[in-house]
Amino acid sequence: MAALSSPLRVCRGIMKELRAIQGPSYKKSLAYSYVMDQFRKNKVTGERYCRAQQEAHHDAHTYLCLLASTRNHLILHNLYHGKGERSPEEVAGLVGLRLPTQPGGKGWEK
Amino acid sequence: MLKGFLRLQSPLRSTLSLRKVSPRNQHLGIALRYSTATAGGVFEINLDRRKLKTPGGKLFTAPNEALAIAVATEWDAQRDTLKFYTMHLTTLCNTALDNPTERNKDQMINASLKFLETDTVCYRVEEPPALVELQKNEWDPVLHWIENRYNVNIGSSSSILGPDIPEATKDTFRQHLNSYNFWSLTGLEYVITQLKSVVLTMGIIDRHLSVEQAVLLSRLEEEYQIRRWGNVEWAHDYDMYELRARTAAGALFVHLTSESSTVKRKLLQD
Repeated sequence: MAALSSPLRVCRGIMKELRAIQGPSYKKSLAYSYVMDQFRKNKVTGERYCRAQQEAHHDAHTYLCLLASTRNHLILHNLYHGKGERSPEEVAGLVGLRLPTQPGGKGWEK
Repeated sequence: MLKGFLRLQSPLRSTLSLRKVSPRNQHLGIALRYSTATAGGVFEINLDRRKLKTPGGKLFTAPNEALAIAVATEWDAQRDTLKFYTMHLTTLCNTALDNPTERNKDQMINASLKFLETDTVCYRVEEPPALVELQKNEWDPVLHWIENRYNVNIGSSSSILGPDIPEATKDTFRQHLNSYNFWSLTGLEYVITQLKSVVLTMGIIDRHLSVEQAVLLSRLEEEYQIRRWGNVEWAHDYDMYELRARTAAGALFVHLTSESSTVKRKLLQD
């Protein structure tokens, strides 16, 4: 049932995510060097069905899922839930009213 | 890969520091600290020359490099504000280090196995028939897989009480979970709580399912309703991405804390 995308796509996906996080200098990051290192180490294997290779592939896929979903979650959060509260002026403006101004300031305000 | 400098802090400890200059003026690095007390090295994270600490005040230590790098990358992804709800691996490490609820392995195993009695995959509906069919087609294969893999009987049920799990099954799982260390158990319990299913969690951990597949199976009824009534991005997608992120973090956490790997080079003989 584990039909994962090919290692190449997973690798490219992780690179894209890291670039989204770190900007143009993502190749200098620790994560990039570690991931590339792991991909290179597991590329060559003598076995026809190598368990370590499969495990590394699954782990890479999991990490890609983690990076992609946190980024998407954050995007949706900022899009729909990120606005915070409205100020009193805006609330009054919603119904077409304006807050009164008191030149001396209100009694309890500093 | 170790571009850095050796920094002797005290006669007992030496620190190899990997420094990376980030586009922002925050210096993020991880340092490997060997101490004579522990068997191997533990990894610390340095932010702006200060060592990262857990919410409980302890020094943050990760048992291996991969986990430390992943946590450092989470911190690196933060911009003007720290959004802890996006830093799942950090949270998991903090929980494992601080153990704020002060539980031991047995308590965690019992809490995890409680989910087996109302496991998502075993809890079936009786109508509408399309959903019954969908549950049968999607969940039965996973149930068969886990029953074969662990040689247990679980079964599914459409009664309100859920399936009757035999004691032998629980004992098998209890024994299996006991073979994981405390850190991995923290991750396992986290994933089980997120997916509301022991079966799906073991599916991911044993690499039978991918995270996306397990999340889909966990949300099967919601997906069915979405297909029927339509998708609401700010609720459905939001929840799905959050569940995926948390599950992926938990699964990765378990894998990173429960394995050790060595590289054996074979000489090619022609």
